[in-house]
Amino acid sequence: MDMKVAKKKLALKEKYKLLTRDLGWEPSYQKKDDIYPYIKYEGIKIHDWDKWEDPFRLTMDSYWKYQAEKERKFYAIIDAHAQNNGHLNITDARYLSALKIFLQAISPGEYAAGKGFARTGREFPGVGTQVACQMQSIDEIRHAQTQIHALSNYNKFYNGFHAFADARDRMWYCTLPRSFFDDAMSSGPFEFMIAIGFSFEYVLTNLLFVPFMSGAAYNGDMATVTFGFSAQSDEARHMTLGLECIKFMLEQDPDNLPIVQNWIDKWFWRGFRLLGVVGTMMDYMLPKRVMSWREAFEIYGIENGGALFNDLARYGIRPPRGWDDAGKALDHMSHQFMLALYQYNFGTAFHTDIPTEEDMAWLDKKYPTTFNKYYRPRWEHIRKLKEAGTPYKNMGLAKLCQTCQIPTVFTEPDDPTQLTIREVDYKGDKYHFCSEGCQHIFENEPEKYIQAVLPMPQLFQAPLSGDLVAWMNWVGLQNGKDNGDYFGSEDQKNFDAWRDLATRNV
Amino acid sequence: MSTVFIALQANEDTRPIIDAIVLDNPECTVNRQPAMVKIDAQGKLTVRRETIEEQLGRPFDLQELQVNLITLSGNVDEDEDSLTLCWNS
Ligand SMILES: [Fe+2]
Ligand SMILES: [Fe+2]
Ligand SMILES: [Zn+2]
Repeated sequence: MDMKVAKKKLALKEKYKLLTRDLGWEPSYQKKDDIYPYIKYEGIKIHDWDKWEDPFRLTMDSYWKYQAEKERKFYAIIDAHAQNNGHLNITDARYLSALKIFLQAISPGEYAAGKGFARTGREFPGVGTQVACQMQSIDEIRHAQTQIHALSNYNKFYNGFHAFADARDRMWYCTLPRSFFDDAMSSGPFEFMIAIGFSFEYVLTNLLFVPFMSGAAYNGDMATVTFGFSAQSDEARHMTLGLECIKFMLEQDPDNLPIVQNWIDKWFWRGFRLLGVVGTMMDYMLPKRVMSWREAFEIYGIENGGALFNDLARYGIRPPRGWDDAGKALDHMSHQFMLALYQYNFGTAFHTDIPTEEDMAWLDKKYPTTFNKYYRPRWEHIRKLKEAGTPYKNMGLAKLCQTCQIPTVFTEPDDPTQLTIREVDYKGDKYHFCSEGCQHIFENEPEKYIQAVLPMPQLFQAPLSGDLVAWMNWVGLQNGKDNGDYFGSEDQKNFDAWRDLATRNV
Repeated sequence: MSTVFIALQANEDTRPIIDAIVLDNPECTVNRQPAMVKIDAQGKLTVRRETIEEQLGRPFDLQELQVNLITLSGNVDEDEDSLTLCWNS
């Protein structure tokens, strides 16, 4: 007869050691350099991979257990959302624009991160690192899937959701996040970790998910709150991985410091520009707003980022070189970007509109030194044109920044009335930049950025040859349905009619 | 001294966890926002398993935190008894 023996539960550190570190081995008949061919060319020197710590000490068995629980919670709510006409419970269909941008521009980034971590998980020699990257890769694919799944319920009722995969590759404003991820994925494994693990996760995802999802809750959007917080629950682990990677590189060899600093400088600025799109969502697209983009950036960018750079100062790291310019841009960037999105809204697969008087009063309260002075007069002028039956549409094509791919609509850090114009001649061609920061990034790696695929040249090439209708078909944009002003759109009419039906018996 | 923080979803699972964090870190600030609770502390914050178990009335594995965790800030150190966030500066 078997005796029941109480099994002693392993201590966390011991379990982590057995289920992670002990899975590795020293190769005997292949050279390490052949197995890990990409680990040296960036110049980062690593002497002992065992010094890499995963502070959560998460092992695969626990990983699957907790992820399964997150999925169960997620699908319970998604089912309830679909069964209870959740699409009618949002504050206002104006809010949907933020979701459309999210699906077209951000969810594909999740998928790209999944591919990137699958690759780095293979390229890093350390076992702790491999396991952490593998978990993150699976997380990121889960994020893309849950976001697409949650938003598919809105696609049954509203315009602008149907062609997100084509938009990812072809839409002009989607090339902004796409170029960010392509840049990261075509970098070496260490730079990838700084780009995604540090810049995207530590500095950006807090801003992307935390105040934005709280905003979704405030706007009655249960589905988005759920995928947002479900994804964000993994991000704590991702941020920690990014931070550990930086500390690891800096502790392993003093020669790594200038390389790491250069990447921090580059990816901070690229991340800051990418965040501009989140700024337009927070300041202009949420009918009920929790906080302004500026306030969110103060908490998660300045305070939290500042704490991180103070902490890293002991290794010789200084704040990123674009830090001061970013501070100066805070009161301007979302407004300048939004004006650009609005004037090109014949070419966006989401609706925008002129802010109402109430919106403008809120914007003035949140941006007291800049909104009324610089931006209200422009919106009022645009409103006057619309009321006169001559709406302002910019049918010219935007000049794009070769680095971040945003139209060059931003102003000089110390003079908000002066558009920033920066040009570089390189091998007989002229390249344009939105800022000194983006120009600096280009000049460090010109051979990389001259290869960038930009949406405007694509429009002029065969087979589109400048034909706007052909372009709309190509990007999956239904003219008159997906694009243009919100007020008067099919989305607005349907939402109002259906909500009315939902509250009456006719 | 820099701020560390932890943010959790606002739900029935996290109510006793938040109470436990406040008991262990009496100096912390609790910010209640739509759907989430963000707890800030100066320099250091400790989440202790035992205190959570007392509040919860059942055994608790600290890694269960992962399910309702939204975000955190600071250097992390976790073992089976506690999770600590701290900034070294
Ligand atoms: Fe993600
Ligand atoms: Fe992530
Ligand atoms: Zn740029």
